[in-house]
Amino acid sequence: MENKRITLFAGHYGSGKTNIAVNYALHLKEKYEKVVITDLDIVNPYFRTADSLNELTKAGIKLISSEFANSNVDLPALPQEVYSILDDRSAVAILDIGGDDRGAYALGRYEASIKEENDYEMLFVFNKYRPLTPDAKSAFEVMREIEAAGKIKFTAIVNNSNLGPLTTKEDVLDSLESANELASLSGLPVKMTTVDENLFNILNGEIENVFPLKLQKKIV
Amino acid sequence: MGEKVLMKGNEAIAEAAIRAGCLHYFGYPITPQTEIAAYMAKRMPKVGGVFLQAESEIAAINMVLGVAAAGKRVMTSSSSPGVSLKSEGMSYISGSDVPALVVNVQRGGPGLGGIQPSQSDYFQAVKGGSHGDYKRIVLAPASVQEMASLTTKAFDLADKYSILTMILADGTMGQMMEPVELETTEPVKYEKPWATTGTKMQRKHNIVNSLYLKPEELEKKNFERFAKYKTIEENEVMYEEYLMDDAEICVVSFGITSRVAKNAIVEARAKGIKVGMIRPITLWPFPTAVLNKAADKCKAFLSVEMNMGQMIEDVKLAIECKKPVHLCCRVGGMIPSPEEVLAKIEEINEGGDK
Repeated sequence: MENKRITLFAGHYGSGKTNIAVNYALHLKEKYEKVVITDLDIVNPYFRTADSLNELTKAGIKLISSEFANSNVDLPALPQEVYSILDDRSAVAILDIGGDDRGAYALGRYEASIKEENDYEMLFVFNKYRPLTPDAKSAFEVMREIEAAGKIKFTAIVNNSNLGPLTTKEDVLDSLESANELASLSGLPVKMTTVDENLFNILNGEIENVFPLKLQKKIV
Repeated sequence: MGEKVLMKGNEAIAEAAIRAGCLHYFGYPITPQTEIAAYMAKRMPKVGGVFLQAESEIAAINMVLGVAAAGKRVMTSSSSPGVSLKSEGMSYISGSDVPALVVNVQRGGPGLGGIQPSQSDYFQAVKGGSHGDYKRIVLAPASVQEMASLTTKAFDLADKYSILTMILADGTMGQMMEPVELETTEPVKYEKPWATTGTKMQRKHNIVNSLYLKPEELEKKNFERFAKYKTIEENEVMYEEYLMDDAEICVVSFGITSRVAKNAIVEARAKGIKVGMIRPITLWPFPTAVLNKAADKCKAFLSVEMNMGQMIEDVKLAIECKKPVHLCCRVGGMIPSPEEVLAKIEEINEGGDK
């Protein structure tokens, strides 16, 4: 799977952006020496990239997140270190953007230099089992709202359609039609279909570009 | 029921409310319940409803009282400190005997506390919190599916008894994502002849009020209200029994901690300890009778809560102190682990923690 220097994950909130971003960082670490993941989510103080701090540190991945992340200070602050990933072009960077257009506003601060370098992928995370994006049309609307707020256009789609731990092979297969429809509506390719590790072996080969999510967060 | 979707607990409440015919939402943002307001803001304009972010929690609850008086399904939601602000208005709703729903997605307290989950508003929810003699129906969901189904139930009970109902959830329940099947049937309609819908010059004015200056009248009103509460206590208790048939130790737990307790019970059973659980789904009316009956055969009780021990008082009252009641708790936003609960169960089984 090809990648650019900067990969941005955005989408409707609760679609699985953070989970994918963390897993994608681990995947890129196999290829690159210097991988940095940045938490730009200023909307949700509950689930953060910083929850995976131990796994990331162990893998040698640098995490940049707000000094208030996981501190329980309910403050929408951006980490000042974000600029380092724009300046230091020797690092491969992943940006985890907050949900919906509200989350994407944070991106507007950095769009000029991301576009100027022009070595990025902006990925739209799609889960058709989320109630507000049950089909291509509704997801396409969210896409446009995010692009308007973040000022960066998407370059590809990540199909992360799932029902949590209860996801079946059929659930994933049933989502392909909507993902492809979203692709034709937006004129963008589906870069990958992300599935839980358990489903990976079953679906790999049956559908193109399956990506396993090894690290999954579960609370209770 | 319809197709399965993956929802946050907060979203499940919001969507279930809309499907229950609630087209009026007034609120003010606070973590960890903000997704309810955010979801309502997105959906209400599309279904012809009203979403209004009020200037404060106090304003929001009084808007709720206004719509409830007009006989329409209405709700507000907040988290602990915000619910404290709403408590005056909630007393007015109880004193006016109008139906409405208040959702509390609890966080740690007292004061500004923290934003992590807690169950420390149990007393506030079931013992008072507002002024005056009143009861409100309090429902405690333990899954995202129940966040939806108990919201539907809360609106039905509110209309059936003209009473304030409350969903008492916590930050974890609000934020966690699970598959949900949503209600697709039409909501039940209740007659509300008392509603202030306009006389059209064809009937006497309806008045919705909580002011009774004559003590005789106010006493009569309170007596009538408590007769209604008695009917609710007799008919609306909800609970779940888990592995209670041969249980010697009875765990009592609601909401998120009941899920932790279930894991611990499975572990304890594997070690040969006869332990089960009674999970109150209605915190008021409390499942007093079933607990009292359990006290005749169980040797001890264990209350598992995310507070310093609040529901434990109701457990003791329910079993009339026939058996010892122990406490396993974490507070301040901490969630007890299954291991901690298991250790307590083992300790009680060996006759410790007296």
